[in-house]
Amino acid sequence: MTEVESPSPEIMLTFYNRLYPFKSIFAWLNHSHKPGRLFTHREFAFTINTSGGEAYLRYNSFNAADELKKQVCTLNPTRFEIGPVYSAKPRDRKTLRPGALQPELRELVFDIDMTDYDPVRTCCSDADICKKCWPFISAAVKVLDRAIREEFGYEKLLWVYSGRRGIHLWISDKAAMELTDIQRKAVVGWLGVVQVGKDSSKKLNVRNAGTLPPSLQAALQELRTVFPALILRNQKLFASEEGYLDLLKCIPDSKMADKLSSKWEDSRGTSEERWEELLGEAKKNQNVWNAIEDVILMYTYPRLDAEVSKHRNHLLKAPFCVHPKTGRVCVPVDPHTVDSFDPSTVPTVGQLLRELDEMGNSNGEETKADWEKTSLKPYIELMNNHVRTVIDVKHEEDMTW
Amino acid sequence: MFKGGQTTSPDVSLPHVTNSHLLSYPNTLNFYERPPLFDVTVEEFETCALDRLRILAEIESSLARNRNWDELSTVTKTQCDKYLPLNSHRSIRFTDLEAERKKDHLSHFVLRLAFCRSEDLRRRFVKSETLLFKVRYEIALTEDREAFLGSRDFNWTIVPSQEQTQLKEDLERAFIGSKSEFERTKYYKVKWTRVPDLVEKRKVFLKGGWAYVPTKEQSSIVFHEFESHLEKTLETTARLLPRLDEDTRLLPILNNISQGFLAGVSSEWAGASGSDNADEIKAEMIDEIARRSFPLCMRMHHEKLRKDKHLKHFGRLEYGLFLKVLGLSIEEAIVFWRKSFSRIEDDKFNKEYKYNIRHSYGLEGKRANYPARSCIQLLAPGSSEHGCPYRNFDEDNLPTTLISVYGPQGLRSSDIREVTDTVKGKHYHVACTRVFELTHASCGVNKGDGIGGGESVTHPNQYAARSMELRKPKESKDAMQVDP
Ligand SMILES: [Zn+2]
Repeated sequence: MTEVESPSPEIMLTFYNRLYPFKSIFAWLNHSHKPGRLFTHREFAFTINTSGGEAYLRYNSFNAADELKKQVCTLNPTRFEIGPVYSAKPRDRKTLRPGALQPELRELVFDIDMTDYDPVRTCCSDADICKKCWPFISAAVKVLDRAIREEFGYEKLLWVYSGRRGIHLWISDKAAMELTDIQRKAVVGWLGVVQVGKDSSKKLNVRNAGTLPPSLQAALQELRTVFPALILRNQKLFASEEGYLDLLKCIPDSKMADKLSSKWEDSRGTSEERWEELLGEAKKNQNVWNAIEDVILMYTYPRLDAEVSKHRNHLLKAPFCVHPKTGRVCVPVDPHTVDSFDPSTVPTVGQLLRELDEMGNSNGEETKADWEKTSLKPYIELMNNHVRTVIDVKHEEDMTW
Repeated sequence: MFKGGQTTSPDVSLPHVTNSHLLSYPNTLNFYERPPLFDVTVEEFETCALDRLRILAEIESSLARNRNWDELSTVTKTQCDKYLPLNSHRSIRFTDLEAERKKDHLSHFVLRLAFCRSEDLRRRFVKSETLLFKVRYEIALTEDREAFLGSRDFNWTIVPSQEQTQLKEDLERAFIGSKSEFERTKYYKVKWTRVPDLVEKRKVFLKGGWAYVPTKEQSSIVFHEFESHLEKTLETTARLLPRLDEDTRLLPILNNISQGFLAGVSSEWAGASGSDNADEIKAEMIDEIARRSFPLCMRMHHEKLRKDKHLKHFGRLEYGLFLKVLGLSIEEAIVFWRKSFSRIEDDKFNKEYKYNIRHSYGLEGKRANYPARSCIQLLAPGSSEHGCPYRNFDEDNLPTTLISVYGPQGLRSSDIREVTDTVKGKHYHVACTRVFELTHASCGVNKGDGIGGGESVTHPNQYAARSMELRKPKESKDAMQVDP
């Protein structure tokens, strides 16, 4: 990626002061415009730079959006994280009797990180991403978004770009907020197909007597369409010897695998040609056909960081924070247009402040908030649209009377 | 073996016993939704709770020992038959079904009182009670099970056949089992959060937050319902409990019970009686028996006594009572202690120690029959210097001690890790039990056998008695071989 900048403390402070959408974040967490437990009993954690390195300040809580903003502008953290709603205010922790501070409610969250795709990624490694590998993430968004809505029935999903190489999902439905850790673990078990960190050449074990369960059948329909461009054209995974041998390891017919292997040994075939050849052979054998479907899942199915989702008390970086390495803002992503989302066009904090400066000099629209004058605007609007769906209508009505 | 409940075909010809006289307990299965409202004596209150506790403690210990479901179920069934039998109305045994079920009912509620006080106790109680319910549910008669399912509202929707037809393709894809089984199955619809175990393993079809549970997985809903119902009521009980604290008769009993559970053991091991051992134990045999058959706590007393020629007060008391129950007569005990305290003059021994030895045998003072200390008591803080060594020795000391003490009995350094891992998990009695198994492998004891029938160690005398019993036949055989 071209523009990489580590933002200075001054830039961060201006960003928090003038652009960060504290009101939107507040309403989103609180499900209402009037402060309630969902906000006041919520944990915030700040990461700040100190002379000796980084410090991590946990168990902060605030009575209102202004209070949060004031503290953020005082501490000027490099980023901050959001935790669960506790049985008491986290900041009173030291005065509570032992055990009185228990996590009670929490958005159901997911974290997908590109580094977990390294075994199936040839274009970049570690923290880098490019246009060739971002489709892994967009495929994950589409598969999970559908599964969570259709299978679990949740509706209030917010996808947020993590600022560098991954994506977060926050689910704010009341029923999702109330899930116990055991139930969260069950969701992860249901959605998890590819074990992150495990040997990637290991076979999947997801079929009942040869049949894929309906949830994975639906995922396969989606991933089938992603596979050729992503795995064959972008990543060219079967062009190398190592790559096609990994593929052939998944084929349960050893005769067929040997035949293809010796054929490919001396040829300079592309991944697409080899995949076509394999499909041609596989049409004759249902077992092999199943194995090929499993290969599609293995190479493209979302890789979840299970620990993040399993525990209510796990903290996750707040939307609209700035990634400290790239300077990019963690903006919401619309799952319907995720295919055209390009991380390299996400505004950096430096760019936003330049835009502010330029606008400031030109005359005019004084009534507008600062963010409306910058390229952050569409993202905050996306957030506010989401917030409107999260606001508990009935609750709001009670409040006004 | 314990499927006997379901295969009662010979009984079918027997006249069907009517349930009408069991109206208060029509079924072996109970969700314990109504508290017992009958009078009980304090003794009943305590004994029935202790009996149930033995079962729950064995379930906990099975979990700590990673027993699989079949093993856990067998062990639990054995314990139930022993302490808390629940026969079906079709049982050919002559039993008072009403009394059995009443005891089951009462004991559950007593333990609720004992275990509602802390988060940890509640969690452990719910877990083992739910497993106990599972075991009983699986062995219950089909008719009992069905009657039970009909007896309360489980808040599930039976999926109408029209909907089932509409969803046929998806349901079939999600179904684990044969096609003919699928054709027969019914579906129950519940919020997915009520069957997290089935969701986690993708054993159901999910749509819009509803789980479609096939008949064969229906029990998961029941078990989860049992669990969450018990969780909720325990919290309510905890809030109401302060009122009960005024009853001074019950409080010490409840404390005693919950303490035992915390220690991971059930209760006093009552079976220890010296007269069981046909061969009288002589003072000079103790060294040999200690080497072969003592648990680590008593072996430590013995080693210390040999090294220092002395033991401090609590050590003497603990070890003395243990030897008494082991079968050492008062005369032999006096010989044993007199020789052991070799640095002490006769005069001082007779004045200061003899009385105490006789006292512990109930021959002086109150003349009470003092029982030997159980594992619960040894695990309690401030017993003797070392109490339970598994609990009180540090990480370096325990492995060294184990090897030097039990190496000659077959304990290898490669076994130590397993023992210390168990100790780290605070399952001291499990560690002790495992050492018993390892050091009695030559007597044919396998992993999981415990001190017989899969039971874990709950009392040092139980450990020693079982060990001596195991070693005996081999010893007498050896003796015969050398005898011309
Ligand atoms: Zn890339």
